[in-house]
Amino acid sequence: MGRLRRTMMFLPGSNASMVKEAYIYGADSLMFDLEDAVALTEKDSARLLVYNAIKTVDYGNTELVVRVNALDSPYGRDDIEAVVRAGVHVIRLPKTETAQDILDVEAVIEEVERKIGREVGSTKMMAAVESAIGIINAYEICKASKRLIGIAIGAEDYVTNMKTKRFPDGMELLGARAQLIIAARAAGIACFDTVYTDVDNEEGFRNEVKLIHQLGFDGKSVINPRQIAPVNEIYTPSEAEITKSINVVRAAREAAERGLGVISLNGKMIDKPIIERAERVIQLAKAAGVYKEEI
Amino acid sequence: MKNIIGREIPDEVLQGRRIFKGQFAHTEEIAKVAPKIKHVNPSETKLLTSLEEVIEKTGLKDGMTISFHHHFREGDFILNMVMDIIAKKGIKNLTVAASSLGSVHKALVEHIKSGVVTNITTSGLRGELAEFISNGLMDNPVVVRSHGGRARAIEAGDIKIDVAFLGAPASDEYGNASGTRGKANCGSLGYAKIDAEYADKVVIITDTLVDFPNAPASINQTFVDYVVKIDAIGDPAGIASGATRFTKNPKELLIAQNAANLIIKSPCFKDGFSFQTGSGGSTLAVTRFLKNEMMNRGYVASFALGGITKPMIEMLEEGLIKHIFDVQDFDLGAVASIAKNPMHHEISSSFYANPHNRGAIVNKLDVVVLSALEIDTDFNVNVITGSDGVARGASGGHCDAAAAAKLTVMVAPLVRGRIPTIVDSVNTVITPGESVDAIVTEAGIAINPKRTDLLEALKDSELPIVTVEELRDKAKKIVGEADPIEYDDKVVALIEYRDGSIIDVIRKVK
Amino acid sequence: MEIKEVSIAGTLESSDILVRIEPKEEVGIEIELKSSVEKQFGRQIRKVINNTLETMGVKSARVIATDKGALDCVIKARVECATFRAAGVTQNFNWEVIG
Repeated sequence: MGRLRRTMMFLPGSNASMVKEAYIYGADSLMFDLEDAVALTEKDSARLLVYNAIKTVDYGNTELVVRVNALDSPYGRDDIEAVVRAGVHVIRLPKTETAQDILDVEAVIEEVERKIGREVGSTKMMAAVESAIGIINAYEICKASKRLIGIAIGAEDYVTNMKTKRFPDGMELLGARAQLIIAARAAGIACFDTVYTDVDNEEGFRNEVKLIHQLGFDGKSVINPRQIAPVNEIYTPSEAEITKSINVVRAAREAAERGLGVISLNGKMIDKPIIERAERVIQLAKAAGVYKEEI
Repeated sequence: MKNIIGREIPDEVLQGRRIFKGQFAHTEEIAKVAPKIKHVNPSETKLLTSLEEVIEKTGLKDGMTISFHHHFREGDFILNMVMDIIAKKGIKNLTVAASSLGSVHKALVEHIKSGVVTNITTSGLRGELAEFISNGLMDNPVVVRSHGGRARAIEAGDIKIDVAFLGAPASDEYGNASGTRGKANCGSLGYAKIDAEYADKVVIITDTLVDFPNAPASINQTFVDYVVKIDAIGDPAGIASGATRFTKNPKELLIAQNAANLIIKSPCFKDGFSFQTGSGGSTLAVTRFLKNEMMNRGYVASFALGGITKPMIEMLEEGLIKHIFDVQDFDLGAVASIAKNPMHHEISSSFYANPHNRGAIVNKLDVVVLSALEIDTDFNVNVITGSDGVARGASGGHCDAAAAAKLTVMVAPLVRGRIPTIVDSVNTVITPGESVDAIVTEAGIAINPKRTDLLEALKDSELPIVTVEELRDKAKKIVGEADPIEYDDKVVALIEYRDGSIIDVIRKVK
Repeated sequence: MEIKEVSIAGTLESSDILVRIEPKEEVGIEIELKSSVEKQFGRQIRKVINNTLETMGVKSARVIATDKGALDCVIKARVECATFRAAGVTQNFNWEVIG
């Protein structure tokens, strides 16, 4: 079923104060950025800070993601080596355009894993698409590696590439979001939406989260702890959904216990996707704290 | 000798004082004192022309006790001006009984060095004066008292004020003084009222002389000997800020949310409940979250107490609070309200928190939310010395509200930078653990084990309840093992509990 | 590793530490520390600086550090960075000396 990734909080890997305590805000994932957020002169210091932090700080159950620099920069390789050694959960590519981009990074990751004796394949990856060609290649990218847990869209660079800009209603991202979620689902991986930079505009943020939730996105990148609660709230299933889901799961269990091949509820047949969705709803409900029991 | 909470009080500093035996250990009857009055006849005037003349006329002599209030906070001009003139006149060995002292009062350092001031009693110490005292440069220990404790001490004669120098934003020539109607308004003059009632000589110092009568007055004419007008009583910006905003700091908001959740799930949260919160940070932000739930449930608070700021006024005006009892205003929103809203009441520090009258308003508090510099595993709280042992805070109304309220909630981050908040033993105890019911951090909530009733009521609440030892260990795991602060034997301050007993001391830092 | 030139890493922001490393002729590590938590953690901070330098094989250096309440892992990171910079290394770190 996979872990929940409703919120992925970005923080600059160069900021000691944030890096050491970002876990307190309850984001599902933390993304330490070594790329855009870090000045060229501080790439080495940020790398060492993130390395030491991941090794030492107790981040609890939070998933740890690091956005490394591009392999064709002077920093990418060292970033990958550092964070694989530190034990990062997911490496996020800065910009993915082709499946080969994934393979190139994967090769470096594997090399380090073997060198240090870390279980090969244990370091996951995440792609980020920021350009037209990346959208076109989305499905190939999503399928490129077993390590890939998800794909995200980086809207700022994308709209620039598309020769437009960001608008409140998000229509300029229509095509990108649609193609990305389809590709991610076809490949069976998660899909994440872009950051919302106007931190004070809570209504605008909520509208965007509602939209991507409707589209099926697994979660949103956030840049401020204040954005976490609204996302979790919108991703919390309604009572009706929860009840329905419990019934589905119960029906499935009963059918399994009785050795029945076909599962039915209220005269309707329930197949695997419906059961998976029901389990997902319950998972979200538990994470949000609105449902506690075991079925 | 060790007192009941295990703090060592050297016998030589006790000098006949009692040691702390418990928050309500004191049971004897109390005799109050009364001032000596020089009555004023119809033809006499009180208006003097200068502060110099004031010192002359009040007959201030060596060895006397003078008092000031701290309603002008870091914008105060009064204390420094008066002390300057006293020093020039060559008067020595004075006891300064200020309701509190701030960084702005660093001029006192010189007066201590030159022997003008030899004793101080105050609620708080900050800045250079605090460092000076923590470094053992004053011969006699400072006596730190809470707001309620100072009122008690004045009424009982432990503090015998010879001359009270009371700044007032406005006054008439007969001494009817108010905290509003002037140029630099402070709102409530709650801390000054007690001085006016008990000092042998009372001087009102204002920069705005209004026509007689200045009514209604916070301090009325029957208590005032002299009035003098000066150019400026203080810096308005330092006296009252424009508006107190809720913090935007995500960590403080997280802690505030946790505290609000605790309060909401406690038996104390009901229609008609009363509360006191602080004036900033997490302690004020709690009101924002409580407000939402109060609106959901249609609750109205019977009264709010403090330390008043605009957010409280908004709740008053929105009908979520019925009465406000105000001992101090922090911003212009609060000042404006006290001047016009009949449900916004000015109270004295005695009405607020004196444990030795027939029932201060803290006795009726349901919930109080307070902050702390340090809290230990016995739930004792330190709000006066930093983790480095140097004074940098105030006793304030902390131990008063904590003792009396039904639910006392401490809010604090688990660590501040590299400094742990939850420790094995605090540097200085201001509020004893028996007064504290819950500690709320971003890493969990600890309930005082003595409050079995509260633990029982919250057991199915799904609040992140942990033990205080777990919080201490978590803090230690993050910051590492701190070396203990090294102190000298010399006692630089006595912490007098609200009932007059000595609960702890501050020693000179090495 | 050898300290070849003066280098700095870190910042003066809260929870960080600014570490300046200078070459020194005589063998030994000299530490000049200004810390907002000197009394409680001065000893520990010096220990972390020393241990980190030792692990990195630095035999002589003068360290001037201004600490604003940094945790041990941050101190280690800043000392490591300053050391690499002082040794002229910004890429292809030798991870064996970091630990």
